[in-house]
Amino acid sequence: MSPFPGHYSYAVTIFLMIAGLYIVIARGNLIKKLVGLAIFQTSVYLLYIAPGKLIGGTAPIVDARYAVYSNPLPHVLILTAIVVGIATLALGLALVVRIREAYGSIEEDEILEQDRASASEEHGRAA
Amino acid sequence: MIGEHLPALQVVVPLVAAPLIVLARRGAAAWLIATIASFVSLAIALALFVEVREAGVVSYALGSWAPPWGIEYRIDAANSVVLVLVALLASFVAPYAWRSAAFEVPEDQHYLCYAMFCLCLAGLLGIAITGDAFNLFVFLEISSLSSYVLIALGRDRRALLSAYQYLIVGTIGATFYVIGVGLLYLETGTLNIADLAARVAEVGTERPVLAALAFITVGLSLKLALFPLHFWLPNAYAYAPSIVSAFLAGTATKVSIYALLRFYFSVFGAHELFEVLPMGAILLALSVAAMMLASLGAVFQDNLKHMLAYSSVGQIGYITFGISLANQPALTGSVVHLVNHGVTKTALFLLAGAVAFRVRSVRFERLGGLARAMPLTCAGIVAGGFSLIGVPGTAGFVSKWYFVLGALEAGSWSMAFLPVVSSLIALWYMWRFVEVAYFRAPGPALAGVKEAPPALLVPSLALIAVTVFFGLDAPLTVGAAAQAAQVLLGGIR
Amino acid sequence: MRHYLVLRVIGKLLIPFMLMFALYVQFHGESGPGGGFQAGVIAAAAIIFYAIIFGLPTARKVVPDRLVETMLAGGVLLYALVGVAGILLGGNYLDYFVLAHDPVHGQERGIFWIEVGVAITVSGVMLKIFYMFAGRRRPEGAGE
Repeated sequence: MSPFPGHYSYAVTIFLMIAGLYIVIARGNLIKKLVGLAIFQTSVYLLYIAPGKLIGGTAPIVDARYAVYSNPLPHVLILTAIVVGIATLALGLALVVRIREAYGSIEEDEILEQDRASASEEHGRAA
Repeated sequence: MIGEHLPALQVVVPLVAAPLIVLARRGAAAWLIATIASFVSLAIALALFVEVREAGVVSYALGSWAPPWGIEYRIDAANSVVLVLVALLASFVAPYAWRSAAFEVPEDQHYLCYAMFCLCLAGLLGIAITGDAFNLFVFLEISSLSSYVLIALGRDRRALLSAYQYLIVGTIGATFYVIGVGLLYLETGTLNIADLAARVAEVGTERPVLAALAFITVGLSLKLALFPLHFWLPNAYAYAPSIVSAFLAGTATKVSIYALLRFYFSVFGAHELFEVLPMGAILLALSVAAMMLASLGAVFQDNLKHMLAYSSVGQIGYITFGISLANQPALTGSVVHLVNHGVTKTALFLLAGAVAFRVRSVRFERLGGLARAMPLTCAGIVAGGFSLIGVPGTAGFVSKWYFVLGALEAGSWSMAFLPVVSSLIALWYMWRFVEVAYFRAPGPALAGVKEAPPALLVPSLALIAVTVFFGLDAPLTVGAAAQAAQVLLGGIR
Repeated sequence: MRHYLVLRVIGKLLIPFMLMFALYVQFHGESGPGGGFQAGVIAAAAIIFYAIIFGLPTARKVVPDRLVETMLAGGVLLYALVGVAGILLGGNYLDYFVLAHDPVHGQERGIFWIEVGVAITVSGVMLKIFYMFAGRRRPEGAGE
């Protein structure tokens, strides 16, 4: 196998993967992080689905007229993964709503600043 | 008739309990269902454990689709131990939850808390029992999603941020894992773990297989909090409700370690991969770093739960240390420590929860002289600490003994000292608790503090008794672990 | 938005068809694109559409919170019960082959009930998420 596969879908997959992961790491906004996470997960959908498609292949229903079938299993797996992804995203957004209510901000650095302030206050009270 | 369906019921019982709890809605009924589901899971796990010891391997084809096409539940000596551990800890945490959750979780969320607990239990049992790599991902996400919710139930607002951070890290970990499985699937065309093992060996060291190994390792290491990837763990455990930190500390990371074991030994074991990639050396370096640095981190915490969480990262280092040595005694040590540390750490977090119940804080400044107010709880924490340190007669000693044996078998005297040095650090951080609880005068925070109620004390002290029992009756756990190690090592050529 | 006559009339006209379409997608799932997930989301979208036009309290009267919670638990239970039915009829868990005399027919019957369970749960979850988010008020002083 050559280091650069001939299928351009891999290039798209890897681009999405890296772009998503970069957003998660580089952005401080909690919503943007979730967007990056969703992109990252989407790259996996492509990784599974693209090789499942055969050009000229049909749905795998046995019939005398067809000889070439696409593999249905990746689709089933990714349907599951999509549901998992949606659940993760919904839960993440719900957490951000709660964080916003508790801290009044969705910027990670501001929230951590508040945490440090309350931690030192706690420390001061106890001493 | 029921007997042959035990593998399916192992997962289905807690899975069905969750919607039943949502339908029941009332806190007391919800608790009862969750507790019964935990006990039934334990009974099933024990029955399977016995069956595996006689039959060797129990295989169950879900939906009667024969493996490797359908999803297979496959129980052997290795995962039967993990099943018993998870169900056992759930059976101790569930009775404890009655008082603890009533105190720490808002009343209108009780039933949701118990529903999530059951889902988490189902997910963890599912990871352990399944013989299908993608199914493992689904169960990983079921357990993770429910644990994010459980952590966010903590009263402190920092619980929300910890849950969010855990969600990001956990999802990246699970996605890395699924990328790895995807690459393996592309290369071999199968998802069944036993089938993968045979086909990966045929493929050779193709680049996708190497990439798959790397992705799966990093993904699972994030989930099991291997040293530099552990940053999500301390806050998540410290700010979660007590029952949640206790349950997750003993089970979630342990089950991920099992998944790593499964992939390293059963899937990639029969492969020359490990000669191409220096996985053992990397894992060894990180484990040693965890044993030393994370344990040192535990020394400098000012909060009991934080200290226990950092100690968990250090103790996970021991388990991966055994994995990296990959010989019979070291791997036996890993499996034994997986059980022993799970039991010990859950017991300690339960006791920390009892402290939080009475004192309403687990910060060391407010715990001065605690032993006078709560003698039994403190004695329990000290006994659990002995097990963390590895004092002879406790469970921790047994596993550390096997790590030393494993290092000696690997031919390295210097490595045999590493567990000993790390034990000294454990002694240091447990001493900090002893110093605070026994040698300081009671502060104003302890005015009117009594011993914890029996509803909390009995389950946690019973679990401490289990650690001592595992320490005194070592052949019981070691026998099972040695068989597990044999099965895992059997995957290696 | 209940004061906009056009919206109200169009909404009342469309919602029955949306629900019908959900049922079509549900039962067409065996022989074409469709199934429980899609059907559940479409049915929930119809209710959410209703809530947007007539307000959340009215929608909560039509589809109360208790019903939504029962739906999201009931669907999962139905799914699990199909699995248990497989055991009771002498097969493995989630075994559809034994659900009817003819294995192929059994597969059809099994997936039918599974999809019903999925649809109920998915629409329950979608509505629950909508109710939770829509019912939340902006905290005092936090608004821009």
